[in-house]
Amino acid sequence: MAHQSELIEKDILAYLKSQEEKSLLRFITCGSVDDGKSTLIGRLLWDSKMVFEDQLAALEADSRRVGTQGGAIDYALLLDGLQAEREQGITIDVAYRFFSTDKRKFIVADTPGHEQYTRNMVTGASTAQVAVILVDARKGLLTQTRRHSFLVSLVGIRHVVLAVNKMDLIGFDRQRFEAILNDYRQFALPLGFSSITAIPISALNGDNIIEASESTPWYGGPTLMNYLETVRVEDESSRQPFRLPVQWVNRPHLDFRGFCGTIASGMVRPGDEVRVASSGKTSRVARIVTMNGDLGEAVAGQAVTLTLEDEIDISRGELLSAPDLPPLYASSLQAHLVWLHEEPLQPGKSYLVKSAASVIPGRVVSLQHAVDVNSLEQKPAATLGLNEIGVALLQLDRGAAFDSYCQNRQTGSFIVIDRLTNATVAAGMVMAAAPESAAEESAGSPAVRRINLGELLISGDEGNLVDLSEESGELELAVTPQFLEALARGNRVLITLRDPSQLPPVALLAFENHLQYTVSRVGNRISLVLSAVAPPAAEAGAPADAGL
Amino acid sequence: MNRNLTHLQQLEAESIHIIREVVAEFENPVMLYSIGKDSAVMLHLARKAFYPASPPFPLLHVDTTWKFRDMITFRDRMARECGLDLIVHVNREGVDQGISPFTHGSALYTDVMKTEGLKQALDKYKFDAAFGGARRDEEKSRAKERIFSFRSANHRWDPKSQRPELWSLYNARVKPGESIRVFPLSNWTELDVWQYIHLENIPIVPLYYAAVRPVVERNGMLIMVDDDRLELQPGEEVQQKSVRFRTLGCYPLTGAVESTAATLPEIIQEMLLTRTSERQGRLIDHDQAGSMEKKKQEGYF
Repeated sequence: MAHQSELIEKDILAYLKSQEEKSLLRFITCGSVDDGKSTLIGRLLWDSKMVFEDQLAALEADSRRVGTQGGAIDYALLLDGLQAEREQGITIDVAYRFFSTDKRKFIVADTPGHEQYTRNMVTGASTAQVAVILVDARKGLLTQTRRHSFLVSLVGIRHVVLAVNKMDLIGFDRQRFEAILNDYRQFALPLGFSSITAIPISALNGDNIIEASESTPWYGGPTLMNYLETVRVEDESSRQPFRLPVQWVNRPHLDFRGFCGTIASGMVRPGDEVRVASSGKTSRVARIVTMNGDLGEAVAGQAVTLTLEDEIDISRGELLSAPDLPPLYASSLQAHLVWLHEEPLQPGKSYLVKSAASVIPGRVVSLQHAVDVNSLEQKPAATLGLNEIGVALLQLDRGAAFDSYCQNRQTGSFIVIDRLTNATVAAGMVMAAAPESAAEESAGSPAVRRINLGELLISGDEGNLVDLSEESGELELAVTPQFLEALARGNRVLITLRDPSQLPPVALLAFENHLQYTVSRVGNRISLVLSAVAPPAAEAGAPADAGL
Repeated sequence: MNRNLTHLQQLEAESIHIIREVVAEFENPVMLYSIGKDSAVMLHLARKAFYPASPPFPLLHVDTTWKFRDMITFRDRMARECGLDLIVHVNREGVDQGISPFTHGSALYTDVMKTEGLKQALDKYKFDAAFGGARRDEEKSRAKERIFSFRSANHRWDPKSQRPELWSLYNARVKPGESIRVFPLSNWTELDVWQYIHLENIPIVPLYYAAVRPVVERNGMLIMVDDDRLELQPGEEVQQKSVRFRTLGCYPLTGAVESTAATLPEIIQEMLLTRTSERQGRLIDHDQAGSMEKKKQEGYF
């Protein structure tokens, strides 16, 4: 391993001491297989000696069997974890790699460039502090370079390395390198990165990866490893106002009531005044309790247990903050949504919104616009499909504490969970609290409510019932194949409506799916029975789906 | 004053956060305790997460009946000292069928005694979340493993339908019968684990330290003669060698390394200077490329 071998051999205690101060850097690599990304990461692991002899033997065997380097070592094979993707030759998911040097430990989020790029990149970037964006020196900036950079900026990464790869294939041409860098600076200006560092490399041959390359005497900047070891990811979160989402209330006995959580930003000391987001009540920190003894202070990133001087009502889901700089507290939010699931967003449908501080049901009441990740243009959209990004207005069932994502990645982020399938369907980044009236207005306005009857079905002894009488807005109905099959088997469904204005969507559904219905009136209520078209008498006994 | 946390402080905080989240979101979590060094660290982190209370979940050990005797002694001591309930589960059907690593081969033996045993225990006690000490750096197929890893009602892991995991927001929703395996040490490496044990003075099974022990050489590995169930094959002889274990499991399947490292710093020193990876001492990984992935899909940890 790339550690101080001599010190390890001679004075292991001194070595261990020196390792205690090591910091941690999380970064993401963006690029496609063709850009040499897997080769680059394989090279970093290789050159930092994180590859052991038994793994090397396996790698050599694999390189001969399925490698793409004509039997020579294929570094990319170090990374492909799953058999399925190894056979397809593409990486299909986010993988995390680890290596360390004497200065830092690194966690690399390795994301594929082609398939599902948005979902995977946003996932990998959500915890990264630095992004390494690969560019093929022969091709320069491509659409995907712009896409990657936009996603990286959206997720709040402020430091970017532009790794101009395959420099060996353009004869280490300085002018070409500088032209690419200039293009990139111009393009990235509106993305607001704090730093852009361009490095001319060859991942395959190792130029400017660890050691400075002799082929680029004109380049005076850091090698990739130098950069990663020294980039100052100034820990801004410690200097921001104090935030502690309460994760768990620790009550082993009546005399102890500790509030556990990970400090999202800022710092805290005993005696500090803290404020509860939902009630606005304040108290002072009595102790910061840990198993290794009480602390005199704790900072962002630490998982702590606080006790307070006063008995105030605080449960999981609360956000404790500095009293003078409290978070937003709102039930309607404007946020970026990145859709992560094959099943598209259904405006109006109730999802679960999970943030650092809470899990609350909520709906997307409207989409302000979608963003084209390639051109960065805004376009109107009624919904979001897999890998699409938009700005949405959300209405939560009750108020919750948030910060804007650009101020705080921990308290400004949330995930959206489908209540029926439990799938994680979207990632959200808070932009601002939306005025309640705006959300309400949108709620009662054109936003069409899409309802899948298959999901609403309530089976009971009395038959199958779907109640639409509580729906206030415009309806759009859909069914599942299972639903249609159930009808084909002779089942009938009773639908109760609010008023006759809800008839057209039902009629449309029946028409499109070859169904029949009968309408009846019960008091002031209107209801109808939906069933499959009865087979013609002559074919009685034939499969019920003959008419469908 | 330097307010930046060190890498171990960050890893510790991340793990504690994960452990607390599980306790807050699940009804019936359990910690799988394999008695090894990773389990030792995981248990230590759990104690820190809930101090001054004890961790509010039991420990579960799936005992194959072939563990080193030192491991069992250590296990019982730790559960007692930490004030935690210890559930020991043995796949009785496997025992009744006489499944052993010698007669049935490592693959079938592991499947019956570990994988099936684990599923039986999870079903019996209806746990909806189970902590495991696996790390992403251990093996290639683990690099894409989630921290909250979803399992279907029959405990299957489907690499294609894992939930995306963003920030430190974990989706803990399961339907009845489904469960989540949780890996609080996902982002730790072997070196991190050893450094942390050193720094925090965490007790570990004595087998990690070198001592003169009776071993036989078999299939290129040094197997310790831990009890009289190990039958010598023709040509084999018991030798007394100074050995230690880099990883602990079932004694007939766990290779020892020749070593004189008798203190923690010496172990770390040896680990840093060594040229083979930690899982090399495990027979079960050697079957074929992708073997771990297969086992995981079937429910192995």
